[in-house]
Amino acid sequence: MTSTLWIGTRKGAFLLRPGARGRGWKLSGPQFLGHIVHHIVQDPREPKVLVMAAKTGHLGPTVFRSADRGRTWREAVQPPAFRKAGDAEEARAVQKVFWLTPGHSSERGTWYAGSSPAGLFRSEDGGERWQPVGGFNDHPQRPQWAAAATPDGDLLHSINVDPRDPRHLYLAISPGGVFESTDGGAGWAPLNEGCAADFLPDPNAPYGHDPHCVVVHPSAPDRLYQQNHCGIYRLDRPERRWQRIGDAMPRKVGDIGFPIVLHPRDPLTAWVHPMDGQTVWPRTSIAGRPAVYRTSDGGRSWRRLDRGLPPSQAWLTVLRQAMCSDGRAPRLGLYFGTTGGEVWAGANGGESWRCIARHLPEIYSVTCAA
Amino acid sequence: MSCTVRIPSPLRSYTAGAVTVAADGATVAEVLASLERHYAGIRFRMVDEQSRIRPHIRLYVNMEEVKDLSRPVGSRDTVHVICALSGG
Repeated sequence: MTSTLWIGTRKGAFLLRPGARGRGWKLSGPQFLGHIVHHIVQDPREPKVLVMAAKTGHLGPTVFRSADRGRTWREAVQPPAFRKAGDAEEARAVQKVFWLTPGHSSERGTWYAGSSPAGLFRSEDGGERWQPVGGFNDHPQRPQWAAAATPDGDLLHSINVDPRDPRHLYLAISPGGVFESTDGGAGWAPLNEGCAADFLPDPNAPYGHDPHCVVVHPSAPDRLYQQNHCGIYRLDRPERRWQRIGDAMPRKVGDIGFPIVLHPRDPLTAWVHPMDGQTVWPRTSIAGRPAVYRTSDGGRSWRRLDRGLPPSQAWLTVLRQAMCSDGRAPRLGLYFGTTGGEVWAGANGGESWRCIARHLPEIYSVTCAA
Repeated sequence: MSCTVRIPSPLRSYTAGAVTVAADGATVAEVLASLERHYAGIRFRMVDEQSRIRPHIRLYVNMEEVKDLSRPVGSRDTVHVICALSGG
């Protein structure tokens, strides 16, 4: 495990690097102490470039960009913002930039951002200037799609670009559902058939669902995985109906959680971090016994991975951007950060875990950088 | 017309640490535009894309709180930017 980890927290950004000769981890930072950092993402097309979504308690949201692997940062010239509303229109303002996704490999410098309230933004100059994507933000049905905000606001996240086609996009709104565009973001349609939404009056509603994390498999992009508020799902396109693969999880554990992480090459392998979604939704480790679960057969079965994790009285919460892999198969490293400020590393695909940082602020995101 | 603007600590990264700066303008909106010309990015941290003052920002001209950005500003006035937040 030799990746660098960027940790986005409620109080700034931190960096974890492997120690000399692979011994331990070295924590550095904070950068932007006091800033609320939701996401820090490396550009796979230009690895020196990183983009960070940030705000502070007082000030409006913005984006910072680094062109030297995070040594120095510069604020976006034009951060994500909705267009000026007309007289009879809802006057929306970005409260936070929540999600960042690099664009297609053929579109150097292109990035997408998701906000709360749910908005989609695009930059074509490496994150310097952001434009609202009118096809989504001004879609006549958007007010219905994102009608029910959570206490933290409705969130647009899980922006996925089909690696075969830069015009084929997926995104998710919590709550609101999964949506697909095949024309570069000009038009959008819901893609939620088969997903449960037990909090809605209509169990077969076309939208209004609560996807927590949706990922397109990078090497088999017709396969999507989803960790939803109501279960774990898989979708094999061109099918439109999600299959609930979380039904194969142990009944006492259930299939509720925030993140889902995919193997970089094997489309049958994925990891989840289940949480307690019963009664009033504690969203902590089930029974105080944290574990990661892995499927190696596309969701037909799941294996518990908890060696090294606390065996009891550990009430961890792992948010949707706070779990990642280093992509270094076959001895793939997995990482997750907790709202209690711990970072855990799972060697060999999560076979054994150890805590590599603690006492950090509330962790919002953990991302790997090459 | 030039006035004085008092910058709170969360925004001093834009003013190179300056606590007070001079800005031009006959209204609060024009003063904010003047600040933006000199300190790019600072306006959007205080005022959203619909030209509304952000929830945890308060603007005063001298001792009077500003609700409307068209409020006039005189050359002897001081515009105070206040950051208001509670909790951890």
